[in-house]
Amino acid sequence: MGEWSHKDDRKGLESYPVNSEYDIVRARQTARELSKQFGMGIVDQTRLTTAVSELCRNMYEFAGGGEIIFETGDLDGREALMVSFVDEGPGISDLQLVMQDGYTSGKGMGFGLPGAKRLVDDFLLESEPGKGTIVQIAKWV
Amino acid sequence: MTEFQTEKRIPIIKMRDYLIVSIQVDMHDRLALELQAQILEEISKTGAKGVLIDISVLEMVDSFIGRMLSGMASMAAIMDAAVVIVGMQPAVAITLVELGLEMPGVETALSMEKGIEMLEMRVAGNRIEPLKRKPQGW
Repeated sequence: MGEWSHKDDRKGLESYPVNSEYDIVRARQTARELSKQFGMGIVDQTRLTTAVSELCRNMYEFAGGGEIIFETGDLDGREALMVSFVDEGPGISDLQLVMQDGYTSGKGMGFGLPGAKRLVDDFLLESEPGKGTIVQIAKWV
Repeated sequence: MTEFQTEKRIPIIKMRDYLIVSIQVDMHDRLALELQAQILEEISKTGAKGVLIDISVLEMVDSFIGRMLSGMASMAAIMDAAVVIVGMQPAVAITLVELGLEMPGVETALSMEKGIEMLEMRVAGNRIEPLKRKPQGW
């Protein structure tokens, strides 16, 4: 796990609630635009956009929605785009289990967390059962 | 009313034995599922033997769209039609592999032309050809 700049040292870019499938489309469009704007190559743009799409859908499917926050900050001293997914859903009781490849929630859909993690440079997962979940991803620009 | 409610369906074009679909928009989940149902209906209505899906302008394929595509390939196979995905961007292919998404049953081709060739070979292979000459010993 890398060294992330403190929340106060990050610059907010965009944030909005994710409450519908259209918001998932909007979130990946924002991810694409920002990663392009910050000079990422086409493959990294696609990686970040896909990770955002996966994590947004997770939040929508399992927590009924939440908020997405796009920021820029430092990861190990290098500028990175950071995206946070904050929900007040049921939370995750076994964090290790959901990070296993091939784990599914029983709806026949994978949580997609390990897949999304592979697409970015750093990944933080915090959750409290009954309170909610925060997933943060960062990708160097 | 949101702007999305007035959106159009993705057109499905029939050419000879095949259906041709070009996905030109960033699909939300329900639109992807609608497209899946629409294509299966069209196979049933027209008896098409193959479906070409052009995704060359799709900038991203996530696990939902990937599952929709492989689900459609299995359903089409049951209806005796093959599905070929055409024109995947290199960045999309890299990301799909890293994501760990497998798309069983989905055949791919680099171009529309190659895709049609694949379907033509398949249709020709399924037809019982009359023997051009009798085997030796007849």
